[in-house]
Amino acid sequence: MVNPVKSYNLTFLLLFLALILIAVLNISLGSVSIPLKHIFLSFFNEDATHESWRTIVLQYRFPKAITAIIAGSGLAICGLLMQTLFRNPLAGPFVLGISSGASLGVALLIMGASFLGLNITGYFFSNWGFAAAASIGSFFVLSAVMLAAVKVRNTMSILIIGLMFGSLTSAVISILAYFSSAGQLQQFLFWSFGSLGNLTWKEILVLTIVFIVGIIMVISIIKPLNSLLLGENYAKSMGVNVKRTRNITLIATCLLTGVITAFSGPIAFVGLAVPHLTKLLFTTSNHKILTPAVAISGAIIMLICDSIAQLPTSELTLPINAITSLFGAPIIIWLLIRKRKIS
Amino acid sequence: MTNNNTHIIQTKNLSIGYFSKKKTKTIASNLNIELTKGKLVCLLGKNGIGKSTLLRTLTKVQPKLNGAVYINNQDLENLNAVDLSKIMSVVLTEKLPENNLSVYELVALGRQPYTNWIGTLNEKDNHYINLAFEQTNTQHLLNNKYNELSDGQLQKVLIARALAQNTEIIVLDEPTAHLDLHHTLETFSLLKKLASEFKKTIIISTHEVNLALQLADELWLMTPSNFISGTTEQLASQNHINQLFESELITYNKNLNQFTVNK
Repeated sequence: MVNPVKSYNLTFLLLFLALILIAVLNISLGSVSIPLKHIFLSFFNEDATHESWRTIVLQYRFPKAITAIIAGSGLAICGLLMQTLFRNPLAGPFVLGISSGASLGVALLIMGASFLGLNITGYFFSNWGFAAAASIGSFFVLSAVMLAAVKVRNTMSILIIGLMFGSLTSAVISILAYFSSAGQLQQFLFWSFGSLGNLTWKEILVLTIVFIVGIIMVISIIKPLNSLLLGENYAKSMGVNVKRTRNITLIATCLLTGVITAFSGPIAFVGLAVPHLTKLLFTTSNHKILTPAVAISGAIIMLICDSIAQLPTSELTLPINAITSLFGAPIIIWLLIRKRKIS
Repeated sequence: MTNNNTHIIQTKNLSIGYFSKKKTKTIASNLNIELTKGKLVCLLGKNGIGKSTLLRTLTKVQPKLNGAVYINNQDLENLNAVDLSKIMSVVLTEKLPENNLSVYELVALGRQPYTNWIGTLNEKDNHYINLAFEQTNTQHLLNNKYNELSDGQLQKVLIARALAQNTEIIVLDEPTAHLDLHHTLETFSLLKKLASEFKKTIIISTHEVNLALQLADELWLMTPSNFISGTTEQLASQNHINQLFESELITYNKNLNQFTVNK
């Protein structure tokens, strides 16, 4: 019998080359034009003539590209997990209110702290505090959605419950905003625009560690996730501990979405759109293939969005959140109009 | 607790039903089943009598209320999910979620209880997967996506998945519910072959009473008053089969060995 499982090695190779190419392109683009040669030289510490170029590449553009790669692949993997777990193509960290939860956490920190008389202008609060608040917020909302999911077995209802939690958190944020000062509002608004830059190497280290922990958790449940493709009852009959798988999926999603959202803002649509785009290239449902494929595609798309957002050769940078939505929404609409089965 | 005898499934004073907050709802009680290996068993009973509840209890999807279930002489209580998945596989009526699984991948999922942490298939796994395709005669479908299959083909593929799981017992909940007469018969004869040639113990719940009367090695009848098991001849001679529906519309005809419409 011929091996009936299609090999995607070539697609993976091409995708990986595309990732490297786009990463280089991303780093070479920016408000200051730096010749490609000097970008490479910067990494090897041999470009003494243009110290400022070196600083731009190593302290700004390179960290930003790494953040884009981690955020893109992390959110895309979360979307894939949610779509398998909820057996619904519309599921994603954004739709299920996880991002809104993170926003609520940050909003409470920025705008609620003053009620308690805390000073949050310090470095600790504005960076690590945001990360903690966003993670706790997303965990809170996801747990609430999950509790509802235990009671309600209809997946459509679960999605609607997720959307409701999303609008509940938005309402709370509106109320908080109403009582906040202009400075606090601005701080929150800028966070909610999303930004891949501004991360120090220390923060990137934390982001990377959490990303690796999340990915290890995801890899450990690839096998049970595949059996969940047949539904929970079949999975159980094959010896899968469905509850454990669901919990690991949720914890990994919280961790990844929470921390990525914390450091780079609530970036919409990547989690929802990338798995669908990836499934156009990889016509399989096997998570062993889809997980790395979605991760690479997510990184590529985030790098492209970031390259567009920084408007090459101009001083301006558009909010990354707007670009991902401008990019993602038409794709989903296009897919539906072409009547490609989304699954 | 082990119990040395040749029964692959045995129940002692089993009660089935549901626990709810305040009271327990008993659906059937005093079920005493003694089933030997390699039989095709048809579970018959009218709608709502508790066929699914019995199958769900035997497959440990829902807890029993009372009594004991022994699978291969082991108390079902003491079998963990992985152990049980190597003894018993299922084919369910529920609709599969939409996805892009190929038929091969779907059948290969049956090997999950045996594969390593990431699900790599080894020689032995491939052997059982190929065997499952041969036994169900579905080799020609293996490159298709399962969502492109007809109901009849899908049913065979789902049976192939259960076979790949290489269990002594296969439990099927209404496997012919969506099938036409031809595919219903095809499914029944496939199950019959698996029981007689490959010594699988196959338990199905079905509403195809007339087919079950002709093909089953053993019948389990669930009637409102009691649970009766035995071969068709035994049950017919003791006039049990007629209790199945308690209906004025149909009667069991001993000579034809089937239910006929009262005129």
